Amino acid sequence: MLKLLFFILIVRPFLLLVTGVHIQGRNNLSTTESSILVANHNSHLDTLILMSLYPLNQLSKVRPIAAADYFLKNKWLAWFSLTVLGIIPLKRQDNADRSQLFTDIKAALNQGHSVIIFPEGSRGEANTLAPFKSGIAHLAKDFPQTPVIPIYMHGTGKVLPKGEKLLVPFGIDVMIGKPLYYTAQTTKSDFMQHLEQSIRGLQQSLLGI
Amino acid sequence: MIDSLIGLFHSKSGVVLLMTYAVLMLATLIITLVKTYKTPELIARIQSWWWIISLFTLGVMLNNTLALFFFGLVSYLALKEYFTLIPSRRADRRIIFYAYLAIIIQYLFAHMQWYGMFIIWIPVYLFLFLPFCQVLNGETQGFLANTSRIHWGLMMFVFGLSHLAYLLNLTNPSNNLAITGTDLVLYVVLLTEANDILQYLWGKRFGKHKIVPKVSPNKTVEGFIGAFMCTTLLALFFSFLTPFEWYQALLVGMLISSAGFIGDVVISMIKREVNVKDSGSLLPGHGGILDRVDSLTYTAPLFFHYVYYLYY
Repeated sequence: MLKLLFFILIVRPFLLLVTGVHIQGRNNLSTTESSILVANHNSHLDTLILMSLYPLNQLSKVRPIAAADYFLKNKWLAWFSLTVLGIIPLKRQDNADRSQLFTDIKAALNQGHSVIIFPEGSRGEANTLAPFKSGIAHLAKDFPQTPVIPIYMHGTGKVLPKGEKLLVPFGIDVMIGKPLYYTAQTTKSDFMQHLEQSIRGLQQSLLGI
Repeated sequence: MIDSLIGLFHSKSGVVLLMTYAVLMLATLIITLVKTYKTPELIARIQSWWWIISLFTLGVMLNNTLALFFFGLVSYLALKEYFTLIPSRRADRRIIFYAYLAIIIQYLFAHMQWYGMFIIWIPVYLFLFLPFCQVLNGETQGFLANTSRIHWGLMMFVFGLSHLAYLLNLTNPSNNLAITGTDLVLYVVLLTEANDILQYLWGKRFGKHKIVPKVSPNKTVEGFIGAFMCTTLLALFFSFLTPFEWYQALLVGMLISSAGFIGDVVISMIKREVNVKDSGSLLPGHGGILDRVDSLTYTAPLFFHYVYYLYY
C-alpha cells in the first residue's frame, strides 16, 4: 500500500514532470511475466525508474535487489527499503555459500516476482560500465525459463549522482534490449560476456558512439 | 471554462484560431487521402500539431495566468532539453539548478509587468551571479566554456521565450485600438510557426540551392524566399490582431520570417556540434521541444521590442 502511494504521489509525477523519461524497446519487456532486469547503475533513481516500467497493479511483484550493508544500515532506511520499496536485501560482503546468498531472490522468482539487479555491484560514474559481478549467471542458470532483460539507462547519473544531495533535472533515457536466456550449452562466463556485450551495445546505440 | 471558450471564439483571436484549425483539418485530409503524402513521419507530425495547437488554445488563449505557467513550462522543458544535450561537468550541477530557479523569477517579473527587472534579471544579474557561484565551487578547469554555455541557454530559452509572457500582459496600445496582449502573442507565434512550415513546403517543392549546407542541409534558398513572401503577406492579412499600420505589418512580416530562419539554424548549430539529428523526443514527427521553439527564440524578443517601441 505504501509502495503504491509512494509511486503514485511522488515517483511517477516526479519522473513525468521534473525529468521526463524516454523509453526505447518497451516491447522487449513483458510486464506480466517474471523477469530478471539487469541494468547499469549510476544513481538511486535507477531503481525507481525500472520499477516505474511496470503498471501500478504489478508493482508489488517487482523487487529490487539491494545491498544489505547500505540499505539496512539504520532503522529508518531499513523501514523505507523493506516496506516502501520492497527490496530483497543481499549481504554483499559475505563470502559465504552462494546458494545461501540467493535464497531470498530464488524464493521471489519462484513466486513469479520480477527482480532488479545491478551487476556492477554499486553506483558508478556516469557513462562508464564497471566489470559485472557473476552472481547473475548463477541465478539465470537456475531459472532458464526466466528472461534476463538487459537495460541501459542514461541521465540518472547527472540528475542524482552518487555522493550528491542536490537533485538537478536532466532528461533520462532508458533503452531495453532483447531478452536473454541461459541455455544448457552456455557456460557462466559465456553468459556473462553475452550480457555485458548486450548492455554495452545498448549504451553505444543510445549515446551514438 | 466553457464560457471562456465560447467567448474566445467570438473574439478576433478566436476567428484566427478557427482558421488554423481549418488549415490543420485540411492538412489532415490531404495526408489521409493522398497516398504520396501518407508517410509515418508526416502523420506523426500532423498529429503532434493537433496536440500543440489544442494545448496552445487551452493553455494560452483562455487565461493570462494559465498562459504564464504554460510559457514557463515551455521554457523549463526547452532549457532541460538543452542541458541534456550539451556537455557539462559535475561541478556545474549547482549553477544549472539555479538556472532552473531563475525561470520562476523571470516569469514572475513578466507577470508583474516590472519591465526593468524583466529586462535585466538574466542578462545582468544572473550573468554576474553564475560565475560567482563557480568561484565558490572552485573547479577552475572548463570554467569559462561551461559557465558561458549555461548562461547562453538561459538567454535563449528563458529570457528570449519569456518575452511572449510579457507581451501577453500588454494592454492599450498608444493608438487606442482594441488589441489585447493575447492577440499579439497569437500573431507572432502563428507567423513564426507558419513561416517554418512554409519554408519546409517551398523547399520540398522548389528547393534546389542549399542556403547553409554545413549547418542545415535541408534548408534551401527557394524555401527561404518563398516563405519570406508568404509570411509577409500573412503578416499583412493578420494585421487586424495588431495596432500596426500596413507598412509596419509588412516590415514585421519580413522581420519574423528572417529572424525565424536564423533562430532555426542557430539551434541547428547546437545539434550539429553535439551530433544529434533531433534535440529530443517530446514531439513525435518534430523531434524535441527545441526543434519547435527554435525560431521563436529569435522572433519573440525581436517582435516584442518592435511593437513595444512603436506602441507602448
